[in-house]
Amino acid sequence: MELVTFFETLWLARIPILKGIGVTVSISVLAILVGTVLGIGVGLALTYGARPLRWLVRGYTDFIRGTPVLVLVLASYYVLGTVGIDLGPFQAGVLALAVFCSSHVGEIVRGALQSIPKGQTEAAKAIGLTFPQTFAYVLGPQALRQVLPAWVNTAAEMVKASTLLSIIGVAELLLRTQELISRTFMSLEFYFFAGFLYFAVNYGIERFGRYVERKTSIPS
Amino acid sequence: MTGNLLEIRDLHKRYGDVEVLKGVDCTMAQGDVISIIGSSGSGKTTMLRCINMLEEFQGGSIRIDGEEIGYETTGGTRRRKKEKEIARQRAMTGMAFQQFNLFPHMSAAENVMLGLVKVKGMRRDEARSVAEKWLDRVGLAERRDRFPGQLSGGQQQRVAIARAIAMNPKLMLFDEVTSALDPELVNEVLQVIKDLARDGMSMLLVTHEMRFAYEVSSRVIFMNQGRIGEEGNPREMFLKPQTERLAEFLKTSTFN
Repeated sequence: MELVTFFETLWLARIPILKGIGVTVSISVLAILVGTVLGIGVGLALTYGARPLRWLVRGYTDFIRGTPVLVLVLASYYVLGTVGIDLGPFQAGVLALAVFCSSHVGEIVRGALQSIPKGQTEAAKAIGLTFPQTFAYVLGPQALRQVLPAWVNTAAEMVKASTLLSIIGVAELLLRTQELISRTFMSLEFYFFAGFLYFAVNYGIERFGRYVERKTSIPS
Repeated sequence: MTGNLLEIRDLHKRYGDVEVLKGVDCTMAQGDVISIIGSSGSGKTTMLRCINMLEEFQGGSIRIDGEEIGYETTGGTRRRKKEKEIARQRAMTGMAFQQFNLFPHMSAAENVMLGLVKVKGMRRDEARSVAEKWLDRVGLAERRDRFPGQLSGGQQQRVAIARAIAMNPKLMLFDEVTSALDPELVNEVLQVIKDLARDGMSMLLVTHEMRFAYEVSSRVIFMNQGRIGEEGNPREMFLKPQTERLAEFLKTSTFN
């Protein structure tokens, strides 16, 4: 009987829930994309940058990684406005998550590049490759394989962190769910349902990561 | 122009305050096979690595075929050449390393092809046939599509040698290429090097294999504390060492 009520309610609320999922996915995809692109730059700067640049970027990553994401989200929404950068909640939230993501990806990229033995660069130099070529054909492809598992982890973290945007009023899945619960009082069912949806998204990301890992693994 | 293939003049190299090369002079003609021996820390590997600019050096000059390597002096100031220029000069020599340093994400053939395609600008199919020819020469024709992780140490080192040789260098540098190998795999690698020597390849080898140095070299250089301690033909060097230091070194090294 209660199960029927749950599905009836769910059916009635399908549009807001689907919209919520859509917003959650957009936030996550944008944050991961922008964060990854920025993060690769951060990783390269940390590994190969001249000393002043390296220090600057090191300061950036350490500061961001030492700050709770929620603080970043709130700062991005409330503080940037006071200095004349007026962002809507969605934009501010994505910015905060992207920045957070970039500092993590940066560290992952740095770690992967630094774990490649020096002999690889030397061998590439010895056959006459320039540094950009060495990076493109020797270091990059090896780093990519190392980055992948940790990157998948970060991507899943971003999906989870997207819930924090509900605080600043972005109507993503969690906020939609809470609105639904406040109308129906079916908190157990719908929190569980939302949890399941997040799990499904992250499980999908993880399976995809495993698939790519398998496809690109080096035979040995 | 003296017509020497390699000409090293008064080479000085420092790591911070430590001078590891204290003025090395060495010339080498086309087709020479020179072994560099000496105890560890004597500067032999460093000298080899200066020749293809894997190490910077602070004084002296290195010329290959008359061309000054790595640095240029204009108006009294010594300047490192541009990266692109150094990359081009590095391709004049080939190098095989103690740890092979094959690219683990590429098959044996792709390892050999990379430089051919990206540095020499060969078409892929052309590069592939050159790679196959050289892999065949080192006895690995059937393993060409294997990845480094699927090959034994000796096989990996032979691929690494093929990768260097395929670039058609003027001079091959071998840096203790058998030191990381199990004893039973040493010979297959030494045999490949002997074959190359017989074909007239100019080679500079840093080695601990005294018997091999004796057999293959046209000249042997004994490095001692950053200088050339003694040099000459292998027979004289090994049988009648002139310096006490070399005699001592030979006593402690296995000659088998």
